[in-house]
Amino acid sequence: MCLGIPGQIVEITDASRLLAMADVSGVRREVNIACVLEGEPESLVGCWTLIHVGFAMSLIDEEEAAKTLEALRSLGEAQETLEAMAQGDAALEASR
Amino acid sequence: MRYVEEFRDPVAAKSILAAIEKVVDEIGATAEKPVYIMEICGGHTHAIFRYGLDRLTPAGLEFIHGPGCPVCVLPMSRIDECVEIAERPEVIFTTFGDAMRVPGSRKSLLQAKADGADIRMVYSPLDALEIARRTPDREVVFFGLGFETTTPSTALSIQQAARENLANFTVFCNHITVPPPIKVLLDDPSMVLDGFVGPGHVSMVIGTHPYDFIAADYGKPIVVAGFEPLDLLQSVLMVLEQIRDGRAEVENQYARVVPEEGNSVSLAAIADVYEPRPRFEWRGLGEIDASGLRIRDAYQSFDAEIRFKVGYGAGERSVQEPEGCACGQVMTGRVKPHQCPHYGTTCTPEMPLGALMVSSEGACAAYYQYGAMEAAE
Ligand code: SF4
Repeated sequence: MCLGIPGQIVEITDASRLLAMADVSGVRREVNIACVLEGEPESLVGCWTLIHVGFAMSLIDEEEAAKTLEALRSLGEAQETLEAMAQGDAALEASR
Repeated sequence: MRYVEEFRDPVAAKSILAAIEKVVDEIGATAEKPVYIMEICGGHTHAIFRYGLDRLTPAGLEFIHGPGCPVCVLPMSRIDECVEIAERPEVIFTTFGDAMRVPGSRKSLLQAKADGADIRMVYSPLDALEIARRTPDREVVFFGLGFETTTPSTALSIQQAARENLANFTVFCNHITVPPPIKVLLDDPSMVLDGFVGPGHVSMVIGTHPYDFIAADYGKPIVVAGFEPLDLLQSVLMVLEQIRDGRAEVENQYARVVPEEGNSVSLAAIADVYEPRPRFEWRGLGEIDASGLRIRDAYQSFDAEIRFKVGYGAGERSVQEPEGCACGQVMTGRVKPHQCPHYGTTCTPEMPLGALMVSSEGACAAYYQYGAMEAAE
């Protein structure tokens, strides 16, 4: 649970709560961007970040993102993280 | 070199392995008198087994799998307290999935859920916050668990809950920190450790300076490492070179992600919301001073220990670990997983007895998953 997964920020969804939509291996997930924010939130759109339990923890470059994803895939971590995201969505669904 | 072909860059792996072999020779280490290197992070433990790094490296080098998996070092008593909170009818208990199968003395969270407790697996504390917003008539408790990588996320969530005046959100805080247990291991005269591979993502938050004492006070090298197999091999080589040259420094192999000073936003949030507990119990290591965090008084209304009167404030209740369980000795490198009497019989990943079997980052689970595979060949 201590590894992070690369994701690309595609849109700022709630600037006041510092939330953005990230694309994580093809899955969309809202993440908090407080830890990587310098300047305007909009400037993060398109950036790659290392995402850990829903928080963008560090900016990384695209090549690093690709390498990391490959390592996570072979460790089975990428799949585990995507499943955890789906579980999170299901937990939210349950309280609609 | 059976496993080398699995690497993204097998040529690079071969050349680093050759360099490792050479330096191990120069140090004069042998199978009888090896150099011992501890990897602290559970993610590294998992990668070492997954890629068979322990078998690729020379016999004069031994890995010791450190206490770096937060699920693995959680004592049973804390799981008992989770179950106790989760079984309250007004509570929705939210947790990372990793913690679901950790055995408690009565039951695991998974069993409690099967027995009817409202326990939900979430990916992020943000999910727990959202559940709290959507169900104002229920108490939503988040099981805050993890090292410094995870701590900022609950700190920022608590700050957010405070801004919104969310009255039904609390965190059962079990955050722990990496440096204090390392100090305990270094102070233990029976531990033989020649150097450390430091955790990559923890260091992304805290930077490299919290490890200065390892080099300065104990004269041991530490290299902060990424978790790709090549990162790990390169870091091991850097540790070995320090040993050979008689140096003890904090080096950063993972500088592309880890800033020396850490992440200022994360550190500020942690400092605002948490303070060190005088002591915290670790499975297998006992109580360690200032190794766990509690929620500061200013955020008391978000502290599940206070709201539900459990935990350290509510009196001592140490729970015995299962008979014959060797988790503590495995975590301190004194025995190998297969030397535990329960290994592979009464303790398997499907039916874990000890926590090191639960998470894929635990030494026993990694050993079982990849070690057993080889035995079957
Ligand atoms: S085999 Fe099970 S009981 Fe034994 S040390 Fe490993 S996790 Fe603990």
